Amino acid sequence: MKRGLVAGLIGLNLLAGAAIAADMPEYKLVIKDHQFQPAELTVPAGAKFKVLVANQDSTPSEFESNEFNREKIVLPNSQITVFIGPLDKGRYKFFDDFHQDTGNGVLIVQ
Amino acid sequence: MLGVALLVFREVLEAALIVSIVAAATRGVARRGLYISGGIALGVLGAVVVALCAGAIAEAVNGSGQELFNACVLFAAVLMIAWHVIWMSSHARELVQHMRSVGGAVKAGSSSLGMLFAVVALAVLREGSEIVLFLYGMAAGGAGVGGLVSGIPVGIIGGVAVGFALYFGLLRIPLRYFFTATNWMLVLLAAGLASTGARFLLQADWLPAWGNQVWNSSALLCNGSVIGQALHILIGYDAHPAGIQIAFWLSVVIALVIGMKFTARASGSAAATAPTASTRSTA
Repeated sequence: MKRGLVAGLIGLNLLAGAAIAADMPEYKLVIKDHQFQPAELTVPAGAKFKVLVANQDSTPSEFESNEFNREKIVLPNSQITVFIGPLDKGRYKFFDDFHQDTGNGVLIVQ
Repeated sequence: MLGVALLVFREVLEAALIVSIVAAATRGVARRGLYISGGIALGVLGAVVVALCAGAIAEAVNGSGQELFNACVLFAAVLMIAWHVIWMSSHARELVQHMRSVGGAVKAGSSSLGMLFAVVALAVLREGSEIVLFLYGMAAGGAGVGGLVSGIPVGIIGGVAVGFALYFGLLRIPLRYFFTATNWMLVLLAAGLASTGARFLLQADWLPAWGNQVWNSSALLCNGSVIGQALHILIGYDAHPAGIQIAFWLSVVIALVIGMKFTARASGSAAATAPTASTRSTA
């Protein structure tokens, strides 16, 4: 019963999500030499948006943030999409979980 | 070396906490050591397979494959834990009685126990596949063999040690309350896993947020800290959860509490008078 409910919820939101996703703002990050480019990304407050993370290295990375609560593996030479927000104004750190000494960045929400 | 040790430690810690709770919850069951090690071995094997298939998983379902895969693994674990918890609420009493009178293992061939061992396998699979990808990247990126060889064991030993500490801590709970305690830990574990599953679906834009950050307690306890991470597994702690995560967490707790009460009442009428003497078990 619970599973049915979850499946129903997912189905509903799949429809709703697809409609919204079309006009959602998009931002792009590149991982090169285990670093984020740009290291600071400015996004508007109070709106949902998506971030595309392209990994140009030959090793896997993990795009992660404890502050806006996201984690997703980015395989070598591939790209991921992560849906984020809406967030309040502020600075939100993110990092490459697999290369924490070099892969750091900040999401500036204003 | 420190980076390798730390990442391996964090992933192993998460799986080890889950394995410890399962190990405690199956106390008194015959051959559970075999089952638990089997679950871990299966999980390690699964982790390698998942890491090898990472490309296919990532590209599936318009790029949302990772989130869906994680959510499915988490929800499968939630259902299995739920099954066991509800089964236990009607069998805990006889298990305790048996352990007191015989002091040995119960030869319970229950399907519910098989479910818990699948939970072990899933936990190891999920955390393990990240370790495999990370180590592959380290090796491919030209990290020294020395760093890997010294970092991996340090991380594993550290994580497993915390797991054992939790397990032996749980064993100190008096037998009378033991399965009530482990059952509650399983309920909170399941609720936390459901919350994490919801977060993955939110990340893939498959669920609404219902408030993106309902509260922010990261000043008190950050998600990234080791304690925050341990509590994340044990009770589903999140420093700034989305409303949908709270809804999933609460739904699982409420559903399981109702399920437990219902089955306990149904079986309780048959064996109304349980002995109340608190003898120490040797098991």
